[in-house]
Amino acid sequence: MTSATALDAAVLRRDFPILREQVNGAPLVYLDSAATSQRPQAVIDAEVDFLTRANGAVHRGAHTLGAEATELFEDARVTVASFVGAEPEQLVWTTGATEGINLVAHALQNAERLRPDDEIVVTEAEHHANLIPWQQLAARTGAVLRHIPVHDDGTLDLDAAARLIGERTRVVAFPHVSNTLGIVNPVAALVELAQDAGALTLLDACQSAPHLPLDLPALGVDLAVFSGHKMLGPYAIGGMYGRSDVLESLPPFLTGGSMITEVTLDRAGFLPPPQRFEAGTQPVSQAITLAAAVRYLETVGMKSVHAHELVLEKRLREGLASIPGVRLLGAAAGAERVALCAFDVAGVHAHDVGQFLDARGIAVRVGHHCTQPLHRRFGLTASVRASAFLYNTESDIDAMLDAVSGVRAFFGAA
Amino acid sequence: MDDLQALYQDLILDHAKHPHGRGEPGEPSSHQRNPVCGDEVILHADLDDGVVRAITWTGDGCSISQASASMLTSLVEEEGGMPVADARERIAAFREALRSRGAVTLEEDVFGDASALSGVSKYTARVKCAMLAWVALEDVLARSPDR
Repeated sequence: MTSATALDAAVLRRDFPILREQVNGAPLVYLDSAATSQRPQAVIDAEVDFLTRANGAVHRGAHTLGAEATELFEDARVTVASFVGAEPEQLVWTTGATEGINLVAHALQNAERLRPDDEIVVTEAEHHANLIPWQQLAARTGAVLRHIPVHDDGTLDLDAAARLIGERTRVVAFPHVSNTLGIVNPVAALVELAQDAGALTLLDACQSAPHLPLDLPALGVDLAVFSGHKMLGPYAIGGMYGRSDVLESLPPFLTGGSMITEVTLDRAGFLPPPQRFEAGTQPVSQAITLAAAVRYLETVGMKSVHAHELVLEKRLREGLASIPGVRLLGAAAGAERVALCAFDVAGVHAHDVGQFLDARGIAVRVGHHCTQPLHRRFGLTASVRASAFLYNTESDIDAMLDAVSGVRAFFGAA
Repeated sequence: MDDLQALYQDLILDHAKHPHGRGEPGEPSSHQRNPVCGDEVILHADLDDGVVRAITWTGDGCSISQASASMLTSLVEEEGGMPVADARERIAAFREALRSRGAVTLEEDVFGDASALSGVSKYTARVKCAMLAWVALEDVLARSPDR
């Protein structure tokens, strides 16, 4: 194993034009990358470049541009699949993680793999995107949705998981990294429980793919989804990884052009994966641009990204914990984490905290971050979330900590 | 910090901390939520002979949403009740001002303490917060027979 080269965020930042913006008269401090990341110039250029010189409809026709676009599109699949340790045939393009999860839920129903009283297991820390599709699948099939509770410290209750996951369990879906707690979940333990029960696993890798070196086959999950715009790529593109035999066993969700072999007026044959799951015109320029984002991350090196973010994470979490009246969500000591912290400021609503920070050019997320059940679990309706990425510096973290220190006095809560 | 202080005037922070009219709302009532941030207001209007006599509300949310509910309550209190038609007009005018992106100011003689919410209209993300209680009152009025 090669060690990570130290990453100089002050230099990397120059690749991200938006980070030179002034917001409300102050230099932008962008700490909302868990919601959407900023894009380096190379990524912005990649999309323009494709549309300027190579755009054509993929997988059809014989003209030169179409052939070139097809080549770039399939090369992008190789690049992005390899980034998560997968073979290109194991990567399905989606418009994002939400579509990927819905695809799986509908395909499972189409395959009649869920029957009344079968069970689907998720976690209490689920993003709504990895919760509602399963609620709906349960409602359509008569299956029962159960959840693994979260301890007070934010870690998953694995004893409860061991009791919950059993012979009725068909699917276990969980986040690699909670988008609210920043805690890396014990994938191996959950995969083992699911495998013992013969259940399918689906990993929500939205908050891990941008921040950790990722090898999905090595993690042993059956399926995984991730989102392009959270990893320096464009909007409306994501990936769904599936083990080859698992993808092979699933029927399509959306049907139409580009996913068929032979069509008569009465029936159609379907292509093998991944094309089986890619009906209709694909987000071609987005896929090609996502590959440019992945190349950028690979050039920096994911081990370096991770090492840099661990430094920011420590500064962020320890800094927040030392501010009077600030409560961290999921403060488990020693948990593996990414540089993401959600917190509550006593006596001041999250929305007001966000406004106060915004007046200083500091962008954080406020609200429920699409995890209402988890917020309810911690007795909150909303929290403030700061999340960092490779382009953030320690001075970004310090600027935010300094501002948060002044919040309670401004609102008369201290 | 000037912009921020213009948004969070002392009057707003005072109302948020010491709200008027908080209590258990009876019927008819309306429950309004802002799904973006989870702010909520449940508001009851005491209607009598075509007049809003009093408002009782409860809620949870940011200082703007809670102050606005308190200010609406005070406005009704200070006028010793507000005819329903008048209330509808003021709700419409309040909405228009808040959606004006700073172009329309809330007059103090029409809106009382709530005129301090004028600054919210420059912050489009916060307009819903300020509107929450007013939309709740509008909803109660819409579902009650005019008399």
